[in-house]
Amino acid sequence: MRIDKPLLQVKNLKKYFQTPGGMLHAVDDVSFDLLPGSTLGVVGESGCGKSTMGRAILRLQEPTSGTVLFDGTDVTACSKRELKALREQMQIIFQDPFASIDPRMTVSQTIMEPLIIQHKMDRRDKKGLERKALEIMELVGLAPRLVNSYPHELDGGRRQRIGIGRALVLRPRFIVCDEPVSALDVSIQAQILNLMQDVQKQMGLTYLFITHDLSVVKHFSDEILVMYLGQMVEKCESKRLFAQPMHPYTQALLSAIPVPDPRVRMQKIPLKGELSSPIEPPVGCRFAKRCPYATSACTQKAVLPREIEPGHFVACVRAGEL
Amino acid sequence: MDTILEVKDLVIHYETDDGRVYALNGLDLDLREGETLGLVGETGAGKTTLARGIMGLVPDPPGRIKGGEILYRGTDLLRCSNAEMRHVRGKKIAMIFQDPMTSLNPVTNVGVQIAEAISNHEHLSHRDALVKAREMLEQVGIPAGRAEEYPHQFSGGMKQRVVIAIALACNPDILIADEPTTALDVTIQAQVLDMLRELREKYSMSMLLITHDLGVVAQTCDRVAVIYGGEIVESADVFSLFERHLHPYTQGLLNSIPKLNEDVDRLQPIEGMMPDPTHLPEGCKFCTRCSYATERCRTSHPVMREVASGHSVRCFRYEQEERHEDR
Ligand SMILES: Nc1ncnc2c1ncn2[C@@H]1O[C@H](COP(=O)(O)OP(=O)(O)OP(=O)(O)O)[C@@H](O)[C@H]1O
Ligand SMILES: Nc1ncnc2c1ncn2[C@@H]1O[C@H](COP(=O)(O)OP(=O)(O)O)[C@@H](O)[C@H]1O
Ligand code: SF4
Ligand code: SF4
Ligand SMILES: [Mg+2]
Ligand SMILES: [Mg+2]
Repeated sequence: MRIDKPLLQVKNLKKYFQTPGGMLHAVDDVSFDLLPGSTLGVVGESGCGKSTMGRAILRLQEPTSGTVLFDGTDVTACSKRELKALREQMQIIFQDPFASIDPRMTVSQTIMEPLIIQHKMDRRDKKGLERKALEIMELVGLAPRLVNSYPHELDGGRRQRIGIGRALVLRPRFIVCDEPVSALDVSIQAQILNLMQDVQKQMGLTYLFITHDLSVVKHFSDEILVMYLGQMVEKCESKRLFAQPMHPYTQALLSAIPVPDPRVRMQKIPLKGELSSPIEPPVGCRFAKRCPYATSACTQKAVLPREIEPGHFVACVRAGEL
Repeated sequence: MDTILEVKDLVIHYETDDGRVYALNGLDLDLREGETLGLVGETGAGKTTLARGIMGLVPDPPGRIKGGEILYRGTDLLRCSNAEMRHVRGKKIAMIFQDPMTSLNPVTNVGVQIAEAISNHEHLSHRDALVKAREMLEQVGIPAGRAEEYPHQFSGGMKQRVVIAIALACNPDILIADEPTTALDVTIQAQVLDMLRELREKYSMSMLLITHDLGVVAQTCDRVAVIYGGEIVESADVFSLFERHLHPYTQGLLNSIPKLNEDVDRLQPIEGMMPDPTHLPEGCKFCTRCSYATERCRTSHPVMREVASGHSVRCFRYEQEERHEDR
């Protein structure tokens, strides 16, 4: 591991939502560092807070508390104007970019919009905008003839290329990728993952890569952060996590991935019950109700991540012993 | 093993404003008694259309069944009356859809919904049907005490179990499951698949499992059929298929997925994308994306050819191959 200064430092980040049933702890006290040029994969069950965490880091949603340092600047303390300037460096790619984009805009308008919002280019400079759009389209592998197409005319793979182009146009340093390939067929998924890897190398990008596909995350990430009900339960180098998962939830999760080889018989670790509610969660380990190793010590006080071995964080009172 | 369901040369088109969508183009498939057959292919390949075709639920318009046969124990379902098809759907062939909410009624509690499915084919009093519904819930791993709850009170995995309970309530011969776990997390997916496997054995059903997840296929199915452009391009038992995938499309699919036990720098995607279903290529439907394509592939259409016992492939590359009987 390199001894660079982290590009991103997340400290005790929390995002709570007020709901009719009480306070919902979507992201609850998550801390981690991210080195420049690396990829941190974020995995966990539906609703465990992955997207909320990604949005809170970018302040697309106001965090409840905690700090986010981007290259030393405190994102959470920025004014609106400072934040807008920071947006140039921090971008996001969504699962379906057109869920959040005007369907009446053409491919080039969609890709160029961030430049116009940031006053980097003038809306009236049609020639210049088109030249720049074609440059980005080439970078993300879109044929020039599509420059004036509309989103509904394109398939999912091409739409995602536009989403990536739009995120790259400002030459950011950091991108939150929220399930960028989940909606795509495997053959197209591989094309997009390769593209994202290529531009990462070319532009020295740092990724926070959210997904629920564990094979994809292993292939794509340097480090992996496992979330459970709003909390980070384990984080370490990607290969290490798969070779030696230490948190009982991670162990069960990895054991449940169907192996694409009929000769391999899986040894699944069965989990009792289902995801419990993130509303007013009880103290102690949130996995205790489903954990095969739970003891009374697990529910007495908050279970915080500990560095069990260098770079390997685990939030379990019995970590290391199991 | 006997064949319980045989689909022969099925052709289904959708007539749309943008032209004719060639969804199924002479599809052949046989499901054997007691087996789980996996049907794999990407979005738009025609998987759901096939499932709807078997169930007699192709929306018309725009769907049109242009030809073929669907033989269930020798009877052609395409020639059955609506009343006969209702009987088949109620008692013989059941289907689970991808999104559980499309098959659940949000304003009726789950116990009553299962009881209704039971009453559809068994003459039971309302009270007896409710008792049986509670048993079914326990069968799929949900405490009977939750029978009075409504779908929105259940998680995705629990809703899918209720859907399975409804499908099994009529004790069908055949269960068609269209991506039953795609919307679920892996730990829940594992529970649902295990449960389907147990129930299939217990009720000695045959199952057609539609999925795009090759891991699910490897772990759940006895045989596999790969569908592309509305036709089967390769079929084999699950061990032969993963050992020796022959069709360039099947090879492409397996190369595209990242493997947990191998580290590669770059994935090998299939180049290009699915052809426009209103303008499928004339020859081999895969020729626009195939790196082995020749002139002949672009003009003539390859047929299915058995290259090893039970292993068939639709590709000119295997024409010369002798059939091996060495398995
Ligand atoms: N605006 C909101 N108001 C109230 N609750 C919210 C809001 N946004 C998210 N939540 C809740 O916060 C929790 C985390 O949601 P989030 O979307 O971050 O999950 P996720 O891990 O991204 O899930 P998925 O894998 O399904 O995308 C969930 O319980 C969700 O219902
Ligand atoms: N109701 C419909 N009207 C028009 N086209 C349809 C309809 N349903 C499916 N199709 C088209 O038929 C083809 C096969 O679709 P489908 O059977 O749903 O594929 P799969 O389930 O494999 O994703 C696709 O091109 C799809 O767009
Ligand atoms: S803290 Fe206790 S309940 Fe939680 S994961 Fe560890 S052993 Fe299981
Ligand atoms: S028939 Fe030709 S184009 Fe089709 S899969 Fe075989 S080699 Fe490729
Ligand atoms: Mg999300
Ligand atoms: Mg479908």
